[in-house]
Amino acid sequence: MTEDQAPVESPSEDQLKADAALASFSRALSELVGADAVLASESSGDVHWVRVSIDHWHAAAGAARDAGFLYFSFLSAMDWLPNPELNGEKVFDPAHEPKAQVVVTDQVVRRAGGGSRFQVIARVANPDTNAALILTADLADDLTAPTWTHVYAGADWHERETKEMFGIDFAGHGGLRPIYLSAEFVGHPLRKDFALASRIVKPWPGLVDMEEMPKVENDEQGSDQ
Amino acid sequence: MKAGYDERRAADYMNSQLVDGRVNLELVDDDGMVLNLGPQHPATHGTLRIVVKLDGERVVWAEPVCGYMHRGYEKLAEVRTYPQVNTLLNRIDWLGSFCNEVPFIQAVEQLLEVEAPERAQWIRTVLFELGRIANLMVFLGDMGMQLGAITPPFLAFRDREHVLDLIESATGGRFHPYYNRVGGIKEDLPKGWIADVLATMPRVRRFCDEMEEMLANNEIFRSRTRGVGVIRKDLALSYGMSGANARASGIDWDLRRDTPSPMAWKHAKFNVAVSADADSFARYWVRLVEVRESTSIIEQLLTNLPAGPIQAKVRKIIKVPPGATYVETENPLGQMGYYVVSNDGLSPYRVKIRTPSFNNISVLPAVLPGENVSDLITIISSLYFILGDVDK
Repeated sequence: MTEDQAPVESPSEDQLKADAALASFSRALSELVGADAVLASESSGDVHWVRVSIDHWHAAAGAARDAGFLYFSFLSAMDWLPNPELNGEKVFDPAHEPKAQVVVTDQVVRRAGGGSRFQVIARVANPDTNAALILTADLADDLTAPTWTHVYAGADWHERETKEMFGIDFAGHGGLRPIYLSAEFVGHPLRKDFALASRIVKPWPGLVDMEEMPKVENDEQGSDQ
Repeated sequence: MKAGYDERRAADYMNSQLVDGRVNLELVDDDGMVLNLGPQHPATHGTLRIVVKLDGERVVWAEPVCGYMHRGYEKLAEVRTYPQVNTLLNRIDWLGSFCNEVPFIQAVEQLLEVEAPERAQWIRTVLFELGRIANLMVFLGDMGMQLGAITPPFLAFRDREHVLDLIESATGGRFHPYYNRVGGIKEDLPKGWIADVLATMPRVRRFCDEMEEMLANNEIFRSRTRGVGVIRKDLALSYGMSGANARASGIDWDLRRDTPSPMAWKHAKFNVAVSADADSFARYWVRLVEVRESTSIIEQLLTNLPAGPIQAKVRKIIKVPPGATYVETENPLGQMGYYVVSNDGLSPYRVKIRTPSFNNISVLPAVLPGENVSDLITIISSLYFILGDVDK
């Protein structure tokens, strides 16, 4: 079930090949877990953004590999907590509790949609056709996803990194040890509610320059040549 | 009973002294000898530690420990404006810093729906290739040093200086150019620069000839690298190895040639070196050919460099509309990409940095077991990673 099949006036040969890649992935996935496994998808060029259910996360990896996406590019996560305090414009205030309920419905930002605070995201590609799949899945409150290491061996380190940066567990991974940070480190740095200590100690020096700038909406003049 | 307990405690203590939480080391499990390589080791281009367990001369288990250079760029990028992020990216792969900027700037341009003018794209491509040459020249000489030849690194650093001078005279920085701007480049090329580059390229090719004569045709070098550290094609793909490492494993894939890009590679004719041997020598040879091809790309582009503006019209305060995109390019170390999410702010909502070296060395635990301890350095240095690129 696809929400957005990019309407192409005259599909080029590359475009046809890319669409075939997505079709073969969808077919492989529906063979594994049944129809309607693809919750949403959108395409731009030969990159396909596909959202699946977290229960089908492991099957999606297998289907992608079977469909020729042999190359593992990366696996990571997204924290969609809206936190304007961390947007570079203000200093994060630890006393200010972030909102409990999270509603981010902006489909432009969330390619292929989704509604949970945390999403896992992974990219695989086909080295022969250059088509790429960017798979996402919404995480439930237990923040656990099935591991990909049995399908793509390279997911091992990426899952370790995601675990320490976002606190997301990967069931079946074996050894989710920290990879960058020391074992004593507390917290998950890439979460949006993790305050950057240096921003608390000292306000952003770049902030001063930003506010001095004219705040004209129709500032159409180009940069200085 | 008591003795066993004490032994175990002693081993636990050794464990805690030897390793931190990032290593999974079972000292008590068997009689293997543990060898700790690094973190300060010349073969690692930074601080990478590799813990290997040996059975006699053979490696039975290996685990790289990274994180000694983790600077948290993904987090820092979230509290900087888009132009400021660029200065961080220079420091990821510090030998080819120019190449790090390009995919990020392209991602921002995609989200802003602006495109840099033709001339800016061509100049970007030329400097991208100069960055590749500067990066790979270090490898071509340094690989010799890891195998005991001291002359090649001296020649490499001598000749790389000419390339760095070119980058410096165009961008103002030897290692950290900060030359790309959203929608274009900082400034046009200085007078006489093109002639300088065209005069330097034969010099780079002469360096390649020297390296071929000194190392690639050298009996000792060949016997120490041929058939050492073979990485099969399917293994390389499932670990996400890219760039020269993947092409040395028989994967005929180069983003410069195979993907549509606003950059100027489509205007140059070049070959992509692929080897089916998949060993350390193949990885050396592929990079040797790559440097030669890069000099040819630069010469072709500079002789046809279009005139025109170098900067598209962009607002002074760069505020990027909501959107998400992933852009990657074929960097000296492999495929480097940025997953940029913007939530209508002055700074990115999230930047996921996909660095090639991280995937390239994650294959080590699968490749090193079974090899001789003397081949360890050969394999590590032939995979060629930069620690800033691993740790981000």
